[in-house]
Amino acid sequence: MTDETMPPETTEEELEAAVVPERPDVASIADLLESFPEAAFSVHEYASSDVVYHMVSVPVADWVAITQAAFDAGFDTFVDLTAIDHFAEAPRFEVAVNIISMTEVERLIITTRVPYDDPTVPTLTGVFAGANFYEREAYDLLGVVFVGHPDLTRILLPDDWVGHPLRKDYDIGAIPVEFKAGSADL
Amino acid sequence: MAGVSEGPGFLMTTVNLGVAWARTRSMWPATFGLACCAIEMMGTGAAHNDLARFGMEVFRASPRQADLMIVAGRVSQKMAPVLRQVYDQMAEPKWVIAMGACASTGGMFNNYALVQGVDEIVPVDIYVPGCPPGPQSLMHGILTLHDKIMSGEIQRSTGLL
Amino acid sequence: MTDTPDTTATPDTPDVPDTTVDEQATMSVADERRRLHDIWVSGTEERLPFAGATNEGAQELLPRDQDPALDLQRGIAVEDDFIDPIEAIDEERQIINIGPQHPSTHGVLRLQVELEGETVRRVKPIIGYLHTGMEKTAETLTYAQGSTNVTRMDYLSPFHNELAFSLTVEQLLGIDVPPRADAIRVLMTELNRVASHLLSSATMGMDIGALSMMIYGWREREVCLDFFEKTTGLRMNHNYIRPGGVAADLPDGWEDDIVHLIKAVNDGVDEYEELLNENPIFLDRTIGVGVLTPEECKQFGISGPLARASGIDFDLRKVMPYCGIEKYEFDIPLGLHGDANDRYHVRIEEIRESLKIAGQVLETIPSGDYRTPDPKVTPPPRKRIDESMEALIHHFKLFTSGIEVPPGTAYQSVEGPRGEIGCHMVSKGGTKPWRMHWRAPSFAAVQALPTMMSDALVADLIASLASTDPVLGDVDR
Repeated sequence: MTDETMPPETTEEELEAAVVPERPDVASIADLLESFPEAAFSVHEYASSDVVYHMVSVPVADWVAITQAAFDAGFDTFVDLTAIDHFAEAPRFEVAVNIISMTEVERLIITTRVPYDDPTVPTLTGVFAGANFYEREAYDLLGVVFVGHPDLTRILLPDDWVGHPLRKDYDIGAIPVEFKAGSADL
Repeated sequence: MAGVSEGPGFLMTTVNLGVAWARTRSMWPATFGLACCAIEMMGTGAAHNDLARFGMEVFRASPRQADLMIVAGRVSQKMAPVLRQVYDQMAEPKWVIAMGACASTGGMFNNYALVQGVDEIVPVDIYVPGCPPGPQSLMHGILTLHDKIMSGEIQRSTGLL
Repeated sequence: MTDTPDTTATPDTPDVPDTTVDEQATMSVADERRRLHDIWVSGTEERLPFAGATNEGAQELLPRDQDPALDLQRGIAVEDDFIDPIEAIDEERQIINIGPQHPSTHGVLRLQVELEGETVRRVKPIIGYLHTGMEKTAETLTYAQGSTNVTRMDYLSPFHNELAFSLTVEQLLGIDVPPRADAIRVLMTELNRVASHLLSSATMGMDIGALSMMIYGWREREVCLDFFEKTTGLRMNHNYIRPGGVAADLPDGWEDDIVHLIKAVNDGVDEYEELLNENPIFLDRTIGVGVLTPEECKQFGISGPLARASGIDFDLRKVMPYCGIEKYEFDIPLGLHGDANDRYHVRIEEIRESLKIAGQVLETIPSGDYRTPDPKVTPPPRKRIDESMEALIHHFKLFTSGIEVPPGTAYQSVEGPRGEIGCHMVSKGGTKPWRMHWRAPSFAAVQALPTMMSDALVADLIASLASTDPVLGDVDR
């Protein structure tokens, strides 16, 4: 084995630099991440634009705390709350809240994961009143339970519906259509 | 959908003709606009494509005063009993036009949430295809309904005749 | 950016400027009404503290077995036309259902209101009557087919839906579209904004009683829809803006069409302003009706003309621009009071601003491709399929399986006519999205209806609902 085929040894400084993550450019988000050391963040750039936004992922125990901290740091505009069913990956459900700071013109998406056998997330209606309908929708369509929600009932489907349609193990419910070969994969 | 016919089905007497003429010339629709097709239905009632020339610009909010229910849009499972209730509240003679692909067959949404065709709930006289059908298509459907009533092809068993 | 004016006046310090006699003599009717209204508001109590969510039971105002007058409301208990006095509720409050089939609702929205005489005490919006399972359907469609699905969500702004979807897919793919495609996208979305605001002003006028406004608004909308039909083939639900660009180039003669459209719609808007701006009935029914404060807008996530009428200076086209829209000069109209009148004015002004943008696109549109030349995203031109084997294979793969999108999560939003339309997409590789969540602007607006309508009259309920302009396709998806 000659020196040309061996990869160069990484120096101490390179190792240090690789382990320490970058600090996000936005000061408020960087401060937030310092208060919540278990959070992981990523930066995304919009298509057809130069603007970037940040996504932060926290364990569910920090869910309300980090959202409240973001609210206090200026992210006072609620945009969206949604849930995603990852099915085969554990923990199964991901809940994401999308908030904006109008003063700094920054968007922050905070996500958390909860397992299938305990799909409970504390409610955000204490921080953002607008989370009310969105949490009801996530409960209705995916079965994520929001603890502390004032009125966690079905919103889009009839009251007596059984099941949560947007889960991956819920069939789409298509009726067979004559002469439409190729929809067999539905 | 023919009702009870008397004698040879398509032969209309003068009285029948008069009654059919009166029914078609002022057939008031009930407001049943649900989704995108409702916008085109409103467009049909607006000035560019005028439904008023057929006596139909008054969309009655109360089904008691309406003759025609144009189901314009996708009917979800939650809306289905409401639709049936509104249809039941309409007085005879009444007709139903399924406007658009979603009302006719469920459209592109072949899934758990929609009734696959409003004819699962109410009897439909005319299906207007399109997604959404333009005002001209809807008017063609309405005028086809008028023609069918005038010719006696569509009758109702209750009422005068 | 957030110098939001204080819209809650306190009794001690009315913030209405004194006017001299001369000023009063030359005031327009609208200004005089506004002045009188502000004097009235400044003398009344503080607005009730912001209450937050309603917490009545499952999609009904009261549980059925505990509701003493349920049979009365349903007309089962009475056989005659007069109400049996023994069955009436002591407090003279009754629960009335508005919708889901009703001409004054903008779609199948059901409002359960608790009325005390003519005053609305509680409102509960019950939605879901148009739930179409579009988010589930999106998981079964490829990315090229996805536009057909999302375009039908907010059916009054189909181009905006398609744009949000396409931008999110392009974000996951990491591609850019050519500048001509960007310009075409801006043109079509701004014309869509014009058409949507025309319709919402028309229906708002009709709900308030100005039936001729409905006819006028639709007349100008037909001009826009003619252009859409010429360009995309359809009047509504176009499936034109797709990941990678747009479906086809603009047709020949489009410049003349745009010039004619701008002139026709501007003249039409002049007519509407003449009809409604100083009309005393319109002013009486819209000034001070359905007020939303900026804090409420931020809490509920209300964006678009509703938020801007409350004074929030936030428009995604300005602060988080996309598709090169920062190259065009346009203003953002803002309101002061957050009531129905301000929302009407904001929409009318936005029509004019969008027409300005359309005129600028007309002058500055670059030539070039209307879709990205990347063969993994865009099908090849039909002629190439006869000439090149690779083109044939690409065409085959794109139309049997679809565009392959790398795994990842992306969110992108555009400024729709009703607010921020966003698409939150999760892809796990493959040709179909794993999960597509749609951020619907009307969903947040419907949530805020109880706040807008509390302690108002039934007529005000109709006016504030009309000014909110919810589209139930978006709310229920």
